Amino acid sequence: MPVESLFPRLEPLLPTVQKPIQYVGGELNSHVKDWDSCDVRWAIMYPDAYEVGLPNQGVMILYEVLNEQPGVLAERTYSVWPDLAEKMRAAGVPQFTVDGHRPVRAFDVLGISFSTELGYTNMLEALDLAGIPLHAKDRDESHPIVLAGGHAAFNPEPIADFLDAAVLGDGEQAVLEMTAVLRQAKLDGVDREETLLRLARAGGVYVPRFYDTEYLPDGRIARVVPNRPDVPFRVHKRTVMDLDEWPYPKQPLVPLAETVHERMSVEIFRGCTRGCRFCQAGMITRPVRERSLTGIGDMVKAGLDATGYEEVGLLSLSSADHSEIGAVAKGLADRYEGTQTSLSLPSTRVDAFNIDLAQEISRNGRRSGLTFAPEGGSERLRKVINKMVSKDDLVNTVTTAYGAGWRQVKLYFMVGLPTETDEDVLEIAEMARDVIRAGRSITGTRDVRCTVSIGGFVPKPHTPFQWASQLDHETTDRRLKLLRDAINSDRSTAKAIGYRYHDGKPGIVEGLLSRGDRRVGPVIEQVWRDGGKFDGWSEHFSYDRWMTAAEKAGVDVAWYTTREREESEVLPWDHLDSGLDKEWLWSDWQDALAEQDLDDCRWIPCFDCGVCPQMGTDIQIGPTGKTLLPLTVVKNPLGVA
Amino acid sequence: MARNTPTGPPPPPPVQKLRLRYTKRGRLRFTSHRDIARAFERALRRAQVPMAYSAGFSPHPKISWVGAAPTGVASEAEYVEISVAERVDLDRLRAALDESLPAGIDITEVVEAPVGSSLPDRIEASAWSILLPGVPLDAALQAVNAFLTSESVVVERLMKDGKRQMDARAAVVAMSASATDGDRSCATLDVVVRHVTPAVRPDDVLSGLRIVADLAPPMPPQATRLAQGPLTESGEVGDPLAPDRLSADGPTRAAADLEQEAAGAPS
Repeated sequence: MPVESLFPRLEPLLPTVQKPIQYVGGELNSHVKDWDSCDVRWAIMYPDAYEVGLPNQGVMILYEVLNEQPGVLAERTYSVWPDLAEKMRAAGVPQFTVDGHRPVRAFDVLGISFSTELGYTNMLEALDLAGIPLHAKDRDESHPIVLAGGHAAFNPEPIADFLDAAVLGDGEQAVLEMTAVLRQAKLDGVDREETLLRLARAGGVYVPRFYDTEYLPDGRIARVVPNRPDVPFRVHKRTVMDLDEWPYPKQPLVPLAETVHERMSVEIFRGCTRGCRFCQAGMITRPVRERSLTGIGDMVKAGLDATGYEEVGLLSLSSADHSEIGAVAKGLADRYEGTQTSLSLPSTRVDAFNIDLAQEISRNGRRSGLTFAPEGGSERLRKVINKMVSKDDLVNTVTTAYGAGWRQVKLYFMVGLPTETDEDVLEIAEMARDVIRAGRSITGTRDVRCTVSIGGFVPKPHTPFQWASQLDHETTDRRLKLLRDAINSDRSTAKAIGYRYHDGKPGIVEGLLSRGDRRVGPVIEQVWRDGGKFDGWSEHFSYDRWMTAAEKAGVDVAWYTTREREESEVLPWDHLDSGLDKEWLWSDWQDALAEQDLDDCRWIPCFDCGVCPQMGTDIQIGPTGKTLLPLTVVKNPLGVA
Repeated sequence: MARNTPTGPPPPPPVQKLRLRYTKRGRLRFTSHRDIARAFERALRRAQVPMAYSAGFSPHPKISWVGAAPTGVASEAEYVEISVAERVDLDRLRAALDESLPAGIDITEVVEAPVGSSLPDRIEASAWSILLPGVPLDAALQAVNAFLTSESVVVERLMKDGKRQMDARAAVVAMSASATDGDRSCATLDVVVRHVTPAVRPDDVLSGLRIVADLAPPMPPQATRLAQGPLTESGEVGDPLAPDRLSADGPTRAAADLEQEAAGAPS
């Protein structure tokens, strides 16, 4: 069946919408493969605006991995802004891919990558625009399999009714194996149920319809059990070993439209074992797997050649912790000296090594601000969250940065952490004042600034804080105001300290969606029916809409958010295995309450979090002892012959 | 590290200045000027053009833009100037850069800019072709007539700083309507518009037609800039790169004469 481009019908709608270029496609390194010569076709969605979704590494990697396969086609789709959505509905134009402008409805799979739960309403909007029934049970063989991936897929229960499947963990190998299963299922002409069953048996794929949830009279979950004998009791996450074998994206997409990250990114390692107790990403992506020094060098070269970007981001959860980061930074800075290519390295480490590294990194290019993330305001609280840094360390490090020429530093904290008191939060103001005073003293000028940036803590599944009570938004807002007043109270430093924060209400909705179960699904649907979408954008988010919908659905938001859970409680995601041992998570939660810190397993013996034995994996770190050789450069290839 | 002096030697100085004519065709008409500027900078790097950079903490490649067609409007005649730190071969540069840019942004000509000449000074007017799907030729002719016989046609446009009024009639040098490819049910407007401040865009001309003759296209019009450059005495738009080509052929002629010639002045 030929599938025609929707572009001729879309084009007349574009002149009057905002930023029409985002819907046009044609990015450098994008592909439009022939429809009929492929037998497995993926639509990959990032459920947010194009400007946010395009730079997403996960989508870019899977797009390239799939398109490299003969007979397999992958195209991308993003959330359309309300102005275009309205015109599409009026003109009968369905949700389309930006590559071939093909209808999403025509693909075999709609894979949605969820970095955050706030994309759930955008999924419903896209399904509706695509003409795909919202509920999985209403779909038939003609509809794509709606599949969730990304971090939020580690508790997909709130969206279980809308999903056919969710894939846990690293996607690179999983999408290829799923493609093989789908190809065979199509050849065999099996029905939807059988296709999903084959996926569920393939490993790493959770099919919600094959599991039933039973509840206790008090509302807690009694158990989650398979409703048929041939699916696994627990679904285990997928882990890719040896990142050097997966140097994706090789050909990063370069958009015409402006996006949130205007640079090329290389993932220098995956996973993190620092053990920050609030950090879901660090917990669910274990173990640490480093890309080698030479692997990084090759990816940077290939990526710059393919894109023309002038900035390279060295990404990971804690980039300064790469075992050869010094050699990586120096090697790349040497290689690209005099080429106007700058490096960036997001790092949260608070030590002098970080400053040396930042010096090396900024040698060739622009010098941006430095960010440090102590996360907790007081030393006591930093023990609770396992982010071990003393106030003196922080002030010394920031002072070194000022002394080395930086004038602007950013300090990142969270409010609402377990056991937090007003006093813990007020210590943030004291720290900021000490930083400014020390900075003025070492530089001899008053021209130093720091910005205090506050995020609200939301307890996440598969972390030691999964049992914790989330702070109610009234108290969050009160503490944020106390802190603001404390910063402003010292007139000698107030003007040098910037203060950025968000109010506590969106965090409560995120908390509901993060730790929710299947009973939260109707709330999401009601919110979407009441016009909710783009919940990650403050101008579109409505707390009242969420609370009204929860009330209508009979869902007690506080029960899901501010209630502390007991050890024996069955959690909605217990049947989804991130590798972490639940008993270890509980003991780490008890350690947190006892203000006991825990070191990183890269440097101390294994502390039995459970991941490596459970998943058959191991940490992969250097050093390799290699060095980056200079590149051979052709001088002025466009010179006069 | 001292704060106000970047370490390392200053970037090498420009040795050659080039003028490029490029297009904005098809779907690429939906790019904004900022989108084009970013795409250009990346393409220059991929094509390994030895750009000259500004000095300082945030070095920028030396690129100057000359006007820019609005978002949603196509163009056959956009211009940009770049400076390079090593001399390049014009044909090789054109081919390499064109190859590195997305299809639709096509480099159609590269000339070397003589020292001291100014391209922006040569840009006085634009010639636009505006396709009006669903507008019959008779209606278009009537509207053109009503527009041209009006003394002034004041239109309003919503800008960042609020609504602004401008006289669309005063900026229009010439306007005519014709059948598109012989099809009298779809008119094409040809308009020559003088560059004034605030700029009168194709949209503003169409607003003017709506005001004087109630002309309301049922489908989105598609505007294309066919030329921009000096305005000749006969009301046509000349080629702004002509003096540079001439100077390459006959370096003995004075640049001032060439400028005059391009502007259509009798020599």
